[in-house]
Amino acid sequence: MLKQVEGSAAVAEAIALCRPQVICAYPISPQTHIVEALGRRVDAGELAPCEFVNVESEFAAMSVAIGASATGARAYTATASQGLLFMAEAVYNAAGLGLPIVMTVANRAIGAPINIWNDHTDALSQRDCGWLQLFAEDNQEALDLHIQAFRLAEELSLPVMVCMDGFILTHAYERVDMPTQAQVDSYLPPYEPRQVLDPADPVSIGAMVGPEAFMEVRYLAHAKQQQALELIPAWADEFRRVFGRPSGGLVHEYRTSDADVIVVALGSVLGTIKDTVDMMRDEGFRIGVLGITCFRPWPSVAVRNALQRAKRVVVLEKSLAVGMGGIVGNNVSASFSGSPDRVHTVIAGLGGRSITRGSLRRVFEQALTDSLEPLTFLDLDRALVDRVLERERVQRRSGPIAEGILKDLGVVAAKTG
Amino acid sequence: MKKPFAITLDPGSSLANHTGSWRTVRPVYVDRLPPCNDACPSGENIQGWLFHAESGDYEKAWRLLTEANPLPACMGRVCYHPCETACNRAQLDECVGVNAIERFIGDEALKHGWKFTPPAKSTGMRVLVVGAGPSGLSAAYQLARVGHTVTVREAGPLAGGMMRFGIPKYRLPRAVLDAEIARIAALGVSIELNAKVDDVLAAKRDGHYDAVFLAVGAHIAKRAYLPAGSAGRMLDAVEVLRSMEGEDRPLLGRRVVVYGGGNTALDVARTAKRLGAEESVIVYRRTREKMPAHDAELEEALQEGVLVKWLSTIREAGESSITVEKMTLDDKGMAQPTGEFETLAADSVVLALGQDVDLSLLDGVPGLEIDGGVVKVDANMMTGHPGIFAGGDMVPGERTVTVGIGHGKLAARNIDAWLRGETWTHPQRHEIASFDKLNTWYYSDAPKAQRPVLDMVRRQSTFEEVVGGFDPATAQFEARRCLSCGNCFECDNCYGVCPDNAVIKLGAGNRYAFNYDYCKGCGLCVSECPCGAIRTQPEEI
Amino acid sequence: MSYQPIRFYQTGTFTVGNRLLPEAQRSVQSGRERTNSLNSGHRACQGCGEALGARYAIDAAMAATNRQLVAANATGCLEVFSTPYPETSWQIPWIHSLFGNAAAVGTGIAAALRVQGKRDVRVVAQGGDGGTTDIGFGCLSGMFERNDDVLYICYDNEAYMNTGVQRSSATPPAARTNTTMPVGESTGARFGQGKNLPLIAMAHEIPYVATATVAELRDLEAKVRRAMEFRGARYIHVLVPCPLGWGHGSAETIKMARLAQETALFPVFEAEHGEVTNVSKIRRQLPVENYLKPQTRFAHLFKPPGHADLVARIQALADRNVQRFGLVGDAEDAQ
Repeated sequence: MLKQVEGSAAVAEAIALCRPQVICAYPISPQTHIVEALGRRVDAGELAPCEFVNVESEFAAMSVAIGASATGARAYTATASQGLLFMAEAVYNAAGLGLPIVMTVANRAIGAPINIWNDHTDALSQRDCGWLQLFAEDNQEALDLHIQAFRLAEELSLPVMVCMDGFILTHAYERVDMPTQAQVDSYLPPYEPRQVLDPADPVSIGAMVGPEAFMEVRYLAHAKQQQALELIPAWADEFRRVFGRPSGGLVHEYRTSDADVIVVALGSVLGTIKDTVDMMRDEGFRIGVLGITCFRPWPSVAVRNALQRAKRVVVLEKSLAVGMGGIVGNNVSASFSGSPDRVHTVIAGLGGRSITRGSLRRVFEQALTDSLEPLTFLDLDRALVDRVLERERVQRRSGPIAEGILKDLGVVAAKTG
Repeated sequence: MKKPFAITLDPGSSLANHTGSWRTVRPVYVDRLPPCNDACPSGENIQGWLFHAESGDYEKAWRLLTEANPLPACMGRVCYHPCETACNRAQLDECVGVNAIERFIGDEALKHGWKFTPPAKSTGMRVLVVGAGPSGLSAAYQLARVGHTVTVREAGPLAGGMMRFGIPKYRLPRAVLDAEIARIAALGVSIELNAKVDDVLAAKRDGHYDAVFLAVGAHIAKRAYLPAGSAGRMLDAVEVLRSMEGEDRPLLGRRVVVYGGGNTALDVARTAKRLGAEESVIVYRRTREKMPAHDAELEEALQEGVLVKWLSTIREAGESSITVEKMTLDDKGMAQPTGEFETLAADSVVLALGQDVDLSLLDGVPGLEIDGGVVKVDANMMTGHPGIFAGGDMVPGERTVTVGIGHGKLAARNIDAWLRGETWTHPQRHEIASFDKLNTWYYSDAPKAQRPVLDMVRRQSTFEEVVGGFDPATAQFEARRCLSCGNCFECDNCYGVCPDNAVIKLGAGNRYAFNYDYCKGCGLCVSECPCGAIRTQPEEI
Repeated sequence: MSYQPIRFYQTGTFTVGNRLLPEAQRSVQSGRERTNSLNSGHRACQGCGEALGARYAIDAAMAATNRQLVAANATGCLEVFSTPYPETSWQIPWIHSLFGNAAAVGTGIAAALRVQGKRDVRVVAQGGDGGTTDIGFGCLSGMFERNDDVLYICYDNEAYMNTGVQRSSATPPAARTNTTMPVGESTGARFGQGKNLPLIAMAHEIPYVATATVAELRDLEAKVRRAMEFRGARYIHVLVPCPLGWGHGSAETIKMARLAQETALFPVFEAEHGEVTNVSKIRRQLPVENYLKPQTRFAHLFKPPGHADLVARIQALADRNVQRFGLVGDAEDAQ
């Protein structure tokens, strides 16, 4: 059924269709609308039997999900940004214990300085935690990925993080095609846990493992993620069969077959990129797009296959590995069979900075003309940072960078040291 | 369930990890000797029978008790209970009232008519016991239990010896004594009364006895030289007490003086009071602390109005008065005359200065030795003449009923062994379960129960039993005050407190075992055993 | 005291078992059919109070729930010594997630059981004092405040023992730990610090809060049983001496717990909905020295010239407990 709804509402409804049994949440923008909607449904009895637990922190949220999942309940939570970091220990733990929890991350920047707007730093900080990480391009995909996420999680006995851009998707009203309960039920069978806390068949979950077996445990986690690389396309195909539309999978290619330059990105920015590419295509530029839907496990082969004919690869990402550069770019380089110096990283949209078609076109043109730096910060106020850096050079211990910038901007009368 | 590798484990699988290898010391269960048992002259397993009494199984208690002593109803009245003196509980609050419980059990047995178990078969051996006092009856009972044919020959008209002729009936009602003797007879022991043995060898030969146990007691009163003015009544204590059993009661007068400081002196003084004496005065040459009589007896006598003239000796007995000399104790505690005299009115003087043994039946027994008026016996209770054993008051030792019963039991064991051509040896005695071995925190606070006591007027005028018995609830309460020193009473503490579940509970009556596969040797079971029935020993590494 | 004391049975209710009692009145631990929820072969130190306390408590919980029990365990000694790969000592469904989240994992389990309609399966979450009073405090308070149907059991050995004896907020004043060393002017853990978690739990007005020690099994079992009669959040705080961290002999673990109670340093009581409903009277009150002296963690208090002033301050803490909880009085229920 087609609906014009807010992204959060669409995701909440999709979650509801997945018959979750334990939902726990702690409020953090921009995830709140999802759990609020779910809370209302639970309170109204629409999801019975389902428990909605108002926890005291994200750490508790993931911990409650761990307990519930280990007891055989389909468990769901949502968070963002600081919240994801606060639950990080439990995030790793859920993966280590092999518990098929599904979590929405409404992607948001991480402070300090505190910032509630969208980028991918939060999710990418957890890229090695052992979860599957799926990135939605639009609200339809966000909705669809959640349904697939439960299927994948329970099939693999691994937790799945569905990442959707905060505000840009969560708070955007878009038209979505909402599946029926029957469709979801046919795609997602009831949860049959691989391990469960059951007095009739007791087990100890969460043993201490020493050097004698820890490597093997870690290897097996890695191998399981490799298996996921086969399962994800298969379950995407199945999704298409049941729901009548393509969604999910590892990567989406767009106009790449003859592209000299391929732009790689995750999430909602792909829409703007595709618009820009369409525009440039109309002008004759041979440019295409590779959207990464599945960031973990990293689909090396799919990425390599998609990029192998491109002369230049531009990775546009909303995250920064401070002191190193691009995180996605680094992953792409590792997969790209061509020369690594053909991969350019463009850091864009940090902390919600708008990514405009104009700016994109400028860097894409640079790529097409071999004038793009290996690492670029899109729309960076170069003059401003240069002033700060200059002052830093003159006077060490000049205080927090944020304060310095605000001072330069004249926003506040910061105390000077 | 396809469990994830290493992270998820099967329940209880740590049994594969034998932590016993950590141990440097190991706990072992022991049975230590409870102080009560150690102190009991009859060799009763007091802790053992209290164990059964605690659960209210008085018959089982009685059966265990009577393995050592066939006269619990008597002993529960007259024993001076060294067990209670030794009792560890005295260091906690008050000793366990063993004597009162013994009496209760003895009375229960009489009430229910419990009988001794007859021997499975006869040995065909014949044993003569001379004397039907406590020692003779005890030996006869023990010998009959193991299948020997026993004949007791008693010179007097009734069995019981000093229990009948020395102990007043207000302490030991005769119905109780009769019933307990009858029960021994019912076991097949033949008791011949008025059947004095004048020549033991002849009696042995004529009766075709394989062995003899002599227990004729000590019935001849010791005399002291007292310059007596003519007509004053001068009697001896044994005579007075014996005559109480006959038709004619002794005439002691209004003012009675008893000379001596033993229990017999008290018995006579208390008897005199009951016979109507206005004054019953004990003259004793030393102090209360030095008095050989048991303090409880003295206390009862004082309550009844008996007076004691301490530090005094009788120098002269006149017609209606006596002269006493005041004494003083020297630095060795011996009484020394002071030369100060005093006159006391006395219608009669009763001498309670001890008794001698009538040894005439032993004349001409080869090898048999007599020393200081008593018969010498070896560690196996045998006289110098093979096959003739002796015990009770006629051999060296403390002269109490309890000791006599112990002698009888010990002699019977030796006679039985001797008859089989063996020598009985005392089993290895266990280490004493001293107070420091206990963890007394675990015992409930419970003061000693008191037996009911007859009211004073009746005590002073009748021969009714002074001290009453426990009711069943009180008896059980008192039994449960037992600390079970040194002997497991299955409190489950070791089973519970082991952090490694390394104690195996074997079920009721079977105690526990250690599972050394897992015992780490922490010693908690040893510390928390209330009764000191576990000790540690170094592990051989 | 939350159970009917047994009078006049030789050992009353102090020993683990008593052959004179009817079966129904005997302790869980005295039964051959007890579950040994924490099985042999675990790697706890010799004389470990926590291993003992955990088996006491969980066996009691198993008995109270007809063996329908699931447990969540915080990181710590109990977890480490019970479940090193490839063996576990637990015989019950058990999960260890993290140091600070046992209460929340318990909440999750309870929520799952509720949606599954398994009303008869009950949840225990457990941890040491560090996992309870410090790092797990947030999750615990949340669980309390939501009144989730979880019994949380803290095995308090008064420091971080698993990591090598460091101070926790349950470490008593003057105690030596590796982070409160009595060196220089320092005299061990500071006075005026630390948390009283049972009282904090009571402040949440949860249905049931109790303290207990490994020295009084019947009381501990009764409290677990009582706790299982409630729905909602419940808290039991069990004092479990640690031979390693406290510096007493491995055979003295129970004695130390007993002394802690008898000196009034560890008040034993229970509370319902924020109100104290029961106090275990001290049977034979002892001065705090009796408790402090056998432990090397307090040895510096008694080294010449000694710290009589500090001992007096500790005695004052005990005296305050006596006043506050009414620990001394009619010995009627001390039988």
